[in-house]
Amino acid sequence: MSPTATAAPLVQARNVHKSFDQLEVLKGIDLDVMPGEVVVVLGPSGSGKSTFLRCINHLESINKGSIEVEGEQIGYRLRRGRLEKLSSNGIARQRRKIGMVFQQFNLYPHMTVLQNIIEAPIHVHGESRKDAVANARRLLDRVGLAEKADNYPRQLSGGQQQRVAIARALAIRPTLMLFDEPTSALDPELVGEVLATMRDLAKQGLTMIVVTHEIGFAREAADRVVFMDGGHIVEIGKPEEVIGNPQHPRTQAFLSRFL
Amino acid sequence: MTMDHAPHAPPTGGAEQRDVANAHAPFRSGRLLLWLAVLLVAANFAWIVARNENFEWPVVAQYFFNPTVIQGLYVSLGLTIVAMIIGVVLGLGLAIARLSQDRLASSLASLYIWFFRGTPLLVQLIFWYNLSTLFPEIGIAIPFGPTLVSWETNSVITPMTAAIVGLALNEAAYMAEIIRGGLLSVDRGQFETAEAFGMTKGRALWRIIIPQAMRSIVPPTGNQLISMIKATSLVSVIAMADLLYSVQSIYNTTFQVIPMLMVAVVWYLLITSVLNIGQSYIEAYYGRSDRRRTGGATPAPVVAAAEEASH
Repeated sequence: MSPTATAAPLVQARNVHKSFDQLEVLKGIDLDVMPGEVVVVLGPSGSGKSTFLRCINHLESINKGSIEVEGEQIGYRLRRGRLEKLSSNGIARQRRKIGMVFQQFNLYPHMTVLQNIIEAPIHVHGESRKDAVANARRLLDRVGLAEKADNYPRQLSGGQQQRVAIARALAIRPTLMLFDEPTSALDPELVGEVLATMRDLAKQGLTMIVVTHEIGFAREAADRVVFMDGGHIVEIGKPEEVIGNPQHPRTQAFLSRFL
Repeated sequence: MTMDHAPHAPPTGGAEQRDVANAHAPFRSGRLLLWLAVLLVAANFAWIVARNENFEWPVVAQYFFNPTVIQGLYVSLGLTIVAMIIGVVLGLGLAIARLSQDRLASSLASLYIWFFRGTPLLVQLIFWYNLSTLFPEIGIAIPFGPTLVSWETNSVITPMTAAIVGLALNEAAYMAEIIRGGLLSVDRGQFETAEAFGMTKGRALWRIIIPQAMRSIVPPTGNQLISMIKATSLVSVIAMADLLYSVQSIYNTTFQVIPMLMVAVVWYLLITSVLNIGQSYIEAYYGRSDRRRTGGATPAPVVAAAEEASH
């Protein structure tokens, strides 16, 4: 599963800065993610890890630096040698191959589970309803919820909702999956089922960036672990290095709370 | 200490008796008396109104389906429907414009809403009807430049168009605020999710936001529709033969003022009742995802069985 050295990075973040009014949340983030790689981002609350994830698909715009996905700069384009902001439709087009899973699931409450999954494939990607439904049923089967296709999200447990959200994100056949604290809103006994689904995806070679507090998941499933603090990447490396033998005092202090 | 907290008397009866499933509601004689008293007063009032000869109920019955009245009813209903449709469509556009980050769009929408909510509908209707005195000709022209096409105002503004324009433009201002409130009531994460999945803003609004906003838009819109039906009676001042105008034209010759007004009142009430029923169906439709398939207290096996059966 480790990426080949010759391939071009799928995600390339260079000197990314982001401020909310006076507050600087990201203070120069550099990160390359190779195709097929699973990168887990750890860090205390307020370290900027979720904000960084949301910058990758331009849910937040960045103030300085650049982010490229599949060689295409997110949110901007070069025109006659000058960088110009993309229209909202242009940004929408760039997001089409980036799947995202949210902390609060964000399933569409007025649609059934099946309708949730086929929405983007039909209305964004122009798939036929027949293909989209067949694919959705296959994905639901994969996350173990085949019998819930006609239920509304409110009728499911949190863990089931999050697995549907994962199936929904997979339905667009993403080249990159972003997970924003996918288990943080779940009851402890429901965390396992969601992590198992994610571990399964990691094994199948999907490129994933996962912001989480689940150290165990990072240790087992990550190719690389990023530790963020105060808007910086403090430490980055293989899980056995960053989690097993952290060098930076901030990382050591953070991890000591989980032991 | 343990004595203080011990129950004063041990529970009587077996587990069978204490099972709440076997409980019944005690008979409340006070409630029954209240019901009887209220029904009695209501029945008496109905009897008094029905027996009162000043209402001239036979005249009401005689004119209830009078062709002039029915014609007026059609005008009122037609005006309501057309003005409401234009009002909702225009209101949706105004609501989106007002919420947009585009300064030009949001200021224009605010200005529109400020003006049309801030002036009386009756005055607006009179101005539209008398537009020709202000602008004898209306046309399309380049600002400060030559006129491309123009029409004589009197040929464009008939009582009918003045009524539709007046009612619809006024309604749009109110609907804009109702729709804006509905759009704002939808969880911000929903729009974000739709965006993250590559939906354009328009598609996200149409497929994700508006269907969820409908739950809070429908009840006040029902209110507006009912107001609108009654507001159509204002168009009688610009010589539109609506329901109220029709009964007025009859009592101007027969002088049976009260019974003719009762004809209109009963018709207005009938329409409103039909609308109320329609509204409750629409509300149930948009609330469908909120209902659980079975009641909350139903044991799990029944739910499972119901799901089995649905496949």
